[in-house]
Amino acid sequence: MWLLFQRSVSEVVMTTGVLNPSHYPGRRAATVVQHYLNTRYGSPYRWIFLSKVHNGSAEDVAEMGRKYQLELTVQEMISNVSGQCSAELLFPGGEGQSAPQVQASCEGLLQSNTTAQEEAFYQQHRASNNMVSGKDIPNSYGHMEPSMKPFWHLGGVASSFIMLRESNESTLYNMAQVANFTQLETEKDQLRFNYHVLLHEMISQEIIHWKLLVTWSPEQGVKVLQTELQPKCHDCEAPPNTTN
Amino acid sequence: MMMLGLGSVGLVLLSLAVQSGHGAQDSDVWSTEETTERNYYTRYHNMSDITAWMEQMKRENPDVVSSMVYGQTYERRDITLLKIGLSSTGRKKAIWMDCGIHAREWIAPAFCQYFVREILRTYKTDTKVNEMMKNLDFYITPVLNVDGYIYSWHNASTRLWRKSRSPGTGGCTCYGTDLNRNFYANWGMVGVSTDCCSQTYCGTKAISESEARAVTDMLGKMREDILAFLTIHSYGQLLLVPYGHPNISAPNYDELMEVGLGAAKAIKAVHGMDYTVGTSPDVLYANSGSSRDFARLIGIPLSFTFELRDKGEHGFELPEDQIQPTCEEAYAGAHHIITYAHDKAFYSSAATITATLWTTLLAAWVSSATLL
Repeated sequence: MWLLFQRSVSEVVMTTGVLNPSHYPGRRAATVVQHYLNTRYGSPYRWIFLSKVHNGSAEDVAEMGRKYQLELTVQEMISNVSGQCSAELLFPGGEGQSAPQVQASCEGLLQSNTTAQEEAFYQQHRASNNMVSGKDIPNSYGHMEPSMKPFWHLGGVASSFIMLRESNESTLYNMAQVANFTQLETEKDQLRFNYHVLLHEMISQEIIHWKLLVTWSPEQGVKVLQTELQPKCHDCEAPPNTTN
Repeated sequence: MMMLGLGSVGLVLLSLAVQSGHGAQDSDVWSTEETTERNYYTRYHNMSDITAWMEQMKRENPDVVSSMVYGQTYERRDITLLKIGLSSTGRKKAIWMDCGIHAREWIAPAFCQYFVREILRTYKTDTKVNEMMKNLDFYITPVLNVDGYIYSWHNASTRLWRKSRSPGTGGCTCYGTDLNRNFYANWGMVGVSTDCCSQTYCGTKAISESEARAVTDMLGKMREDILAFLTIHSYGQLLLVPYGHPNISAPNYDELMEVGLGAAKAIKAVHGMDYTVGTSPDVLYANSGSSRDFARLIGIPLSFTFELRDKGEHGFELPEDQIQPTCEEAYAGAHHIITYAHDKAFYSSAATITATLWTTLLAAWVSSATLL
């Protein structure tokens, strides 16, 4: 009898017109803007999060997709500085899964002066005699060593490249954890890292594993050179031998 | 329960096994003095800790705390609630709270523990809490998905487990059903997956999971007495009201929103945090088969899902130094809802009129009886 009901995960009719700022469509679109801002401005000492959606609107654009206009506040998490942003984004329609296109301008966001910290961090790690690595950031208790924090931020910013690319109107991404990272030899003055990150997609509630090749320097910012989706491990799910 | 029998050696061995990553505390062996310290309630605790803590709450407050095993998990573990209230001769109204229906949401069981400690700490001196303890019983389940919660403590790679631990069927080799999609409330209609490997797998049928069945049976027995149903989750900073289906509205939607917004205001007053209030399809996503929806459907008027901190920075792995502020604000929100529910039942004009009516009828009966 249950087969008669169509069980679908798809959304209902897309909201068009003025958006209620506390409803999900504005928040999902604003989170995409957050990911975009991190790809542009993020660093080991600058990590941006959505604070609040103030207002927005959505409309269908013929042969292109769906366009959103948003006014939002974002917060830089290390300095606690807030910025007001105006953004426009397009979720492309059509068959292919292509990334949303974002334009955003923010006031007050880049006030925090990260230059000294970034330069010190860069100099500390560019010489290749002591490659850094880490895992489980944050750990199960939400804890991380202070020395790991910039690598956590860097993982979050690098994840934003994937989260931006993978986002659509039916997704809401956050980075759940840096599973591990390893520093590689500095090349062309860029610090280089292999990262394994866990992304949490809120609507499906899935944890998605990605491996990334990440570079950074204060001048060039964060770049993601390679991404590799990791398969979900079903064999890992069987009960362990010990129970308590 | 079993762990208590192993004695202190067993507890020490267990504490060593789950040691990694804590801040200050080296061992998970908590003495009575330590659990009364604020420090205990600023840490996450594994299942055997929580079980021992429940026994301690009963031992230290025998006149107001009792426990009840009301079901079994797939792996045959007890599902236990604490019943807290001043004893009375008559039948009492009730408040239901459950935590940890999703294993990885560790802040939820931490909140249930905090809530219990808070009402026990204040009921003798706070007149409102005292009054509510007289008139109500609190039924609090610190960990509903016991199997999942234990699994999430196993090691770093299991930390983000969500579902129950029942095996897949029909050739599907993955484990677990999403307990919050398994209730008999528009089961299987929207926001679910029929793939047993999915995080929102709704099960082979409604209440296929023994954990969901246990709650269903308890609520069924108590439904006329329950004034409010609160189910605690993370993360997202939301207060969700029924229903999860976009086309169905609760009959008292306006009341639910008003009370929810009042709770969000109380939450914000504590540490400035914003919690968004609305139906799940409006503010988060459509879903069916949730315990919140089931509670509202069987007639419990005030049914809320709490999604606690944060908004994605740490997500499920909320740092321990945020446990206390999160619990403080969530307590303020829960207190607002519970106070409303209590006062509506015991102070509303409807209640007063009914009482007056009965008194009048009784007086008339007595006087007419004496005439005969």
